Amino acid sequence: MAATSESEAFVAFERVQKSYDGEALVVKDLNLSMPKGEFLTMLGPSGSGKTTCLMMLAGFETATHGEIKLDGVSINNIPPHKRGIGMVFQNYALFPHMTVAENLSFPLEVRKMGKSDREAKIKRALDMVQMGAFAGRRPTQLSGGQQQRIALARALVFEPELVLMDEPLGALDKQLREHMQFEITRLAHDLGITTVYVTHDQTEALTMSDRVAVFNDGRIQQLAPPDILYEEPENSFVAQFIGENNTLEGTVKEITGPRSCTVQLDGGEIIAARPVNVSEPGQRTRVSIRPERVEMNKDRLQEGAHLLKAEVLEFIYMGDIFRTRLRVAGNNDFVVKTRNAPDQVRLKKGETVEIGWLPDDCRALDA
Amino acid sequence: MTDTTQNGPMGGTPPEEKASGPMLAADGRPLKRSLNRALRRQKLRALALIAPLLIFVLVTFIAPIADMLFRSVENDIVSNTLPSTTAELKSWDHTTGQPPSEAVFEDFYFDMFAASEAKQHTRLGTRLNYEDTGVSSMFRSSGRKLDDLGKDYLKALKKIDKRWDDGAFVYSLMQGQGTPDTAVVDHSRTAIHKLTGAETAGDLGFAPSEAVAKLLPDMTRAYTDFAVYTGLVDGKDVAKEDPWESVYVGLVLDLQKADVSGYDGPGADLLKTTKADLGQIPVESLKDFFAKMDKKWIDPDIWATIQTYSPKYTSGYFLNAIDLQLTPDGIKQRDEDQQIYIMLFKRTLFMSLVITFSCIVLGYPVAWLLANLPAAKANLLMILVLLPFWTSLLVRTSAWKIMLQQQGVINDVLVWLGMVDDGHRLVMINNQFGTIVAMTHILLPFMILPLYSVMQGIPPSYLRAAKSLGATNWTAFWRVYFPQSVPGIGAGSILVFILAIGYYITPEIVGGTTGTFISNRIAYHISSSLNWGLGAALGAILLVIVLLLYWAYDRIVGIDNVKLG
Repeated sequence: MAATSESEAFVAFERVQKSYDGEALVVKDLNLSMPKGEFLTMLGPSGSGKTTCLMMLAGFETATHGEIKLDGVSINNIPPHKRGIGMVFQNYALFPHMTVAENLSFPLEVRKMGKSDREAKIKRALDMVQMGAFAGRRPTQLSGGQQQRIALARALVFEPELVLMDEPLGALDKQLREHMQFEITRLAHDLGITTVYVTHDQTEALTMSDRVAVFNDGRIQQLAPPDILYEEPENSFVAQFIGENNTLEGTVKEITGPRSCTVQLDGGEIIAARPVNVSEPGQRTRVSIRPERVEMNKDRLQEGAHLLKAEVLEFIYMGDIFRTRLRVAGNNDFVVKTRNAPDQVRLKKGETVEIGWLPDDCRALDA
Repeated sequence: MTDTTQNGPMGGTPPEEKASGPMLAADGRPLKRSLNRALRRQKLRALALIAPLLIFVLVTFIAPIADMLFRSVENDIVSNTLPSTTAELKSWDHTTGQPPSEAVFEDFYFDMFAASEAKQHTRLGTRLNYEDTGVSSMFRSSGRKLDDLGKDYLKALKKIDKRWDDGAFVYSLMQGQGTPDTAVVDHSRTAIHKLTGAETAGDLGFAPSEAVAKLLPDMTRAYTDFAVYTGLVDGKDVAKEDPWESVYVGLVLDLQKADVSGYDGPGADLLKTTKADLGQIPVESLKDFFAKMDKKWIDPDIWATIQTYSPKYTSGYFLNAIDLQLTPDGIKQRDEDQQIYIMLFKRTLFMSLVITFSCIVLGYPVAWLLANLPAAKANLLMILVLLPFWTSLLVRTSAWKIMLQQQGVINDVLVWLGMVDDGHRLVMINNQFGTIVAMTHILLPFMILPLYSVMQGIPPSYLRAAKSLGATNWTAFWRVYFPQSVPGIGAGSILVFILAIGYYITPEIVGGTTGTFISNRIAYHISSSLNWGLGAALGAILLVIVLLLYWAYDRIVGIDNVKLG
């Protein structure tokens, strides 16, 4: 689903810029297109511009430059209430003076729907989120998770084709959050609605989305399905931001092929890596290795693979895995995760080991 | 889908709970008592913290108000000033159309004499004047002439024997011999105390003997009153002072009935000769005496009024406050031209409602701006809202006077613009319009502040949510924002309405005659007409109206929904 041509895009941002004060750009040159039915997550740290993008799409902020299209039509000048976009807010924004049923009835009433139609739709929406028994309650009488479901039902009850969610699970506890992640994705796929989901929680982004757009500094750093994003980050920011990551700094020594190069680390060691966004020798680079791709068993490595000496600083038993913190090439925060298998060695603090990895797992990124 | 909200682990159940009976603390005492003991200290400390304020409020606010309200039913001035008269008058039937009996006039004479000596009779006159116009002047002029009768009698008595003019002699005659009659003195002490409010306990140095009291009851009564008043209120030596003229009136009255032949106390001889020469004294009945002073004294109406207002407590003030009157024939509507209070109450309520409504209309947008502007601008606006609080109320009201008067700023501008003819300048002050404008301005902050604090608590996401659900700006405001701001409107309205209903200064200055409130009338009764009872009754009714409205508001809107901040 990654490649979508402009013509079939359901939602499209075209060269969109946004500035609040006329001096700094919060969103810099945003281009994005989504096919119908996609679940896209905007992921990024606070202030990266992801919420602004969502608000522009919803119509609460106007784009300073560029065009936002919905189903091929520019919606820049359409007020929010005419866009027909469902939205779930961070704190649910359930109207406290109305019952659950009245909250759900609201979008139908403003669409001048008849009473019987309304009741049928409200019932269907409530059943959809398993909240049918709560129609007469007030939002304040519900738990956080229940409010969350009502907010979801309200955003869906008028059957919008596009639903926006602004960190909807931020206020829930971990267990409930995980449960709701599953619920939301299931509903979105069952109903075939297009969803734009904003979060700063990378686990949420990885588990729920068809594609994830990683935002930083007002730009999309990478837009890719979760597995690509994790395994093939295109730059240091994405590598750092998604999942756990070990970084070693150095200089490109030689480009040996389209998928291979050698890097001289700042400590003098030479390692093999896969060049991602380095192009010529002498460039500064950061190599990135996922903790679970680091290998301590030499038998599993290629012949002639580069090995580095490492000193164990800390060994943490975590049940399913062991987490070992090492000093590698002057980096004191080099983490290795190993599976808790019967033959796995439990290292001790102060021990020295040799570690290595497949060159493909070691990505030479920008400095 | 099961709800995954987790119940916390059950709170650690203490083992005691399993045992039957009350829960016990570690030392074996009931847990409840231990808890109470532990909390008592805290409560006492908390109480000590608020005690200064509590005492201050009690002493300076609640007690005076209670005292003031009590005056609205208190009416003991009649029975305190005329104790014997009111007792004697009880059996009189005003429907006969006849003035009361001579006995009532006798009692009235002695009561009035003591009252006029204590200068209390004019107060009673003022009090009764509220119910029957003209009584006040009767009491005042008659009080001055009460001496005349006694003086005439004394002149005649002196002709019979010079000793009657000797205070010391009269003293010894009254003192008499044998057992002193302390009951008469005590009765007099109580009466004079109630009349003057002065302390009348203590050593008097006089008590009539039982024989004298029995022989000359009226003279004894007059003399004892004189003795108590002179000795204990004025602090003089009773024996050396000339007695009141009423003593001689009592003597003449008594001698007409008394058989002095058997009496042998001091001055017995004089009594006998005087009794024998009684024909030389120009005896006049007291009814005639009063009738001669003022014909109205034998009008049964005046006595009916005194009779009606004899009880210690009266509903008269409250009836007056709602344009009714307590007459001897029951409760009646006041004359058409005297009915003002119901109209004033209605006007006060109506104008307060208009002012409250104006405050909502003007204050709501301002509060909305305050709650939605960026902090810096909101602060500036807040200062503008609070500015009126920092200027004197009088200055603000006077400013409105300048703005609104016929030669004022607004009229000048309208004339200059040609919208109003110079000869027909608008009358905007000294009427209801002026009061409403000035008071709306003055009370506006009391509406804006609670509204603002409520609106501040309404997250903007509600409006966004409503719009995202398809509502237009107006629908989103009216169906989502406005209902949530209603508690603020409620709080502001209660504040403004209750403040408005009792407002005084502004209507006084800009209200003229048609724009004044009930409070202006209360102030008039408290400080000008000095009819405190009526003022208190009006105030009490106002208080009850406010409490009723508050109660109704609580029932309809619920006081829990009111947020002041």
